[in-house]
Amino acid sequence: MSTAAPASALPSYADALARYEPVIGLETHVELGTVSKMFCGCPTAFGAEPNTQVCPVCLGLPGALPVVNEAAVRFAVMIGLALHCDIASWCRFARKNYFYPDMPKNFQISQFDEPLCTDGWLDVEVDGEVHRVGITRVHMEEDTGKSLHVGGATGRIHGATHSLVDYNRAGIPLVEIVTEPDVRSPEVARAYVDELRELIRALDVSDVRMEQGSLRCDANVSLRRRPAPGEPDAPFGTRTETKNLNSLRSVERAVRYEISRQAGRLDDGERIRQETRHFDEAAGRTSPGRSKEEATDYRYFPEPDLTPLALPVQYVDELRVGLPELPAARRARLIAEHGYTVRDLTDLRNAGVLDLVEQTVAAGATPAAARKWWLNELARRAADAGSQPSDLAISPADVARITVLVAGGELTDALARKVIDGVLAGEGTPDEVIAGRGLAVVADDGALTAAVDAAIATAPDIAEKVRGGKVNAVGPLVGAVMKAMKGQADAASVRGLLLERLGAS
Amino acid sequence: MTDHPTPSATTSAAATTSAVAATDVVQLTAAATAAAIAAGELSAVEATQAALDRIAKVDHTIHAFLHVDAEGALAAARSVDERRAAGERLGPLAGVPLALKDVLTARGMPTTCGSRILEGWHAPYDATVVNRLRAADVVLLGKVNMDEFAMGSSTENSAYGPTRNPWDTTRIPGGSSGGSAAAVAAFEAPLAIGTDTGGSIRQPAAVCGLVGVKPTYGGVSRYGLVAFSSSLDQAGPLARTVTDAALLHAAIAGHDPLDSTSVDVPVPAVVEAAGRRDIRGLRVGVVRELAGDGYDPGVQAAFTAAVETLTALGAEVVEVSCPHFTYALPAYYLIAPSECSSNLARFDAMRFGLRIGDDGQAGAEEVMSRTREAGFGPEVKRRIILGTYALSSGYYDAYYGQAQKVRTLISRDFAAAFERVDVLVSPTTPTPAFPLGAKVDDPVAMYLSDLCTIPSNLAGGPAMSLPAGLVDGLPVGIQIMAPPFADDRLYLVGGALEEALDAQRGHALLDEAPAL
Repeated sequence: MSTAAPASALPSYADALARYEPVIGLETHVELGTVSKMFCGCPTAFGAEPNTQVCPVCLGLPGALPVVNEAAVRFAVMIGLALHCDIASWCRFARKNYFYPDMPKNFQISQFDEPLCTDGWLDVEVDGEVHRVGITRVHMEEDTGKSLHVGGATGRIHGATHSLVDYNRAGIPLVEIVTEPDVRSPEVARAYVDELRELIRALDVSDVRMEQGSLRCDANVSLRRRPAPGEPDAPFGTRTETKNLNSLRSVERAVRYEISRQAGRLDDGERIRQETRHFDEAAGRTSPGRSKEEATDYRYFPEPDLTPLALPVQYVDELRVGLPELPAARRARLIAEHGYTVRDLTDLRNAGVLDLVEQTVAAGATPAAARKWWLNELARRAADAGSQPSDLAISPADVARITVLVAGGELTDALARKVIDGVLAGEGTPDEVIAGRGLAVVADDGALTAAVDAAIATAPDIAEKVRGGKVNAVGPLVGAVMKAMKGQADAASVRGLLLERLGAS
Repeated sequence: MTDHPTPSATTSAAATTSAVAATDVVQLTAAATAAAIAAGELSAVEATQAALDRIAKVDHTIHAFLHVDAEGALAAARSVDERRAAGERLGPLAGVPLALKDVLTARGMPTTCGSRILEGWHAPYDATVVNRLRAADVVLLGKVNMDEFAMGSSTENSAYGPTRNPWDTTRIPGGSSGGSAAAVAAFEAPLAIGTDTGGSIRQPAAVCGLVGVKPTYGGVSRYGLVAFSSSLDQAGPLARTVTDAALLHAAIAGHDPLDSTSVDVPVPAVVEAAGRRDIRGLRVGVVRELAGDGYDPGVQAAFTAAVETLTALGAEVVEVSCPHFTYALPAYYLIAPSECSSNLARFDAMRFGLRIGDDGQAGAEEVMSRTREAGFGPEVKRRIILGTYALSSGYYDAYYGQAQKVRTLISRDFAAAFERVDVLVSPTTPTPAFPLGAKVDDPVAMYLSDLCTIPSNLAGGPAMSLPAGLVDGLPVGIQIMAPPFADDRLYLVGGALEEALDAQRGHALLDEAPAL
């Protein structure tokens, strides 16, 4: 019986990498965002009361039969096309037979040797270097129900007193995306999942929320000895499959842990058991699950309740033509057209404002201004409110208008923030807020000139220093003017005006 | 008529006001029952009550019914009478009672599939066939017995005890639709729905002296038909006449969006074909491979006589070879068990049906295992094990894969034959009904009952069994096979042959059935 070795006994990651080359393949399950399930008309909404989104078909009641959801096929083909796959002109569903209480029919309708999409690739970039990850296949299948194990400490089946099953998830359409063993590092593994998630989000065929399980990743990891210079590559080692990684960080951490763990075993002359492993996020370690060597024989055979899927060439071509702009192309365009850096794009994407920034630029803002306001001001406000930037009650057009006013000197940054306050408070468009709150920069020199003269008069010593050439001493005078103007003046203009009056400009 | 059901108080009372004598009601064909109801000579309630009384009288001997829904049947019949009285135009089977094989789901009735594992389960939905029957105002009397999950040829594999053949109650009624056939042959219902995976409509029809039809695969929806072998199962009619079978066939056939294997083509004009009665110039092929060793001489003689009648009716009869039919039985016993091993996996005690061993300590796997051990009968277990083996990694190609190739070859045999002839004919079964218990310990001998009927299931084409005559007082059938979606040809040939054979003997074959 193998148990996870204590972390202290593991070789360092750097040591492991020096001796072994990691070989990593990823299997990703994506729940498709169809309105109804894969083989029946039940709704797919997340979070409903248990067992309220079920019918004879997805409960696997005797006599019920599946009917393929066209939207699910369309979404799967779109994913295949976006991953540069060949789309099968004829393929079949197959039954994967195994007994488990959360699987209503005790077989899963999946695809076996005739997947819908084969032989594609996805490029991912890590630290400026592009890695091409081969896509072996993309196939369709139905999700299982969800087991809830009650009474144990861990929520796992071990130690539980009883289990409950929610079949709402049973029959939700999934695609499984399988890579070639092309990935060589935890960083690339993570970047692949990240890029895949962006790709699927761009296709708008899934909400790809890892924390809700609509995107789940399994990592296959093996090691092989690094060849000496001139030697051919060593054959692949025995792999383990770490299941259900539910965040990008977990993907990277679990792979990294497996690399160290396997290196430790190999260093000790032990062999790697081919097995399924679980990743414990709190401990940062993987532990063995079911051993594949004693695993079920799934007895796949073509699903006799469904006819083969024969997609007309025209159907696939129309989907190909209709694909939206994909993330890589978009990034290239934004760099070329807007002058953003790769880092800028990463920041904007991570802040969830990339779409908003693009729309703001389209509405008349400069790329730099749009980036600045969304990334610094609005993303922070959304975070403070515990919501997404896209949920803020301000439109890209509003933001664009504000940046134009700032650029034209009609608003200061401070005033612009107040305008944003007003828009978010529902006081109307930026122009309406400015009018309503009286926020415009005072362009009428009368009031300003009077304030400047007053400031000079009340601080003759400072005025004298400035006149004497100590230009930087003007600060307190600027502050006094701004205070007198209640902020409705442009600080740079005030400074210019003061220097001019004191003959120091 | 040698059969004289005793009228009940209810039907005698009704008979005083009815133009049709109650004693005769249960002997009416479905077409005649519907016509009498339409003409106001008989009410649907009277027809239904007559059937219920007949069931009360004979079913303790026959044991065709697993569940009688007297209340539901009479309510449906009353609705027909009310709507007819209101001047509503009703369908050609309105008010006609029917026995439903207990493998189709129907709201308000249990569905057991003849198995302990489903004891007490009520489906929350109607099978499409049941939906269509209700829409046609057919009166559902209840559910009839069958071999467990339709696996068997004698109805002895029912967990609820065997059904008996009305011609000789010491003999089997055939199977798996033995309850359907016995109910119609015992005048408990003029019509029944059966299902046919390897001959389960045709073989019981043959040994009970009835007309039974397996429609083209995809012609009748399988939604709500509890699957034994998905690629072979097909529901169809059992009746006393070809016209009755055609009326029922027309009522249940047609595309169903809930069944992906249901085909969206027009339903063949089976009722019209049943009435045409002219087969001059029709080319009939006698399948050479479905004769010889293992075929009862009486069966062979009755078959030959029926073929001679076809010739006398002006058909051109030739012999046709279908060389791969020899492999049909072994191929069937790989494909059907393979699919069944998967289809029956859902009977696991988790969501419905029997649950054994749930003592609060046992895990799910143990409860599943103990329930299946207790809930399935030996034949079902045999086939699950066989199918599980045939689909196993490493054996798939040699068994399931090879069987699928044989299936293709059999389809080609049919296609080649149908280039030369319009229909093929053979005996329906190698022997007449055998005594109860005779083959229960010899599965392979039992399997041979379906030797002639399996090729049509494997190739998907339609086939009919029609009474050919008696052998030592027991009915035997002639099988007519047609190309896929040419179901009307069965009724054309069947209608003409039935008329000629009835004329030869001076009455319908069922008139010779002994009294119960």
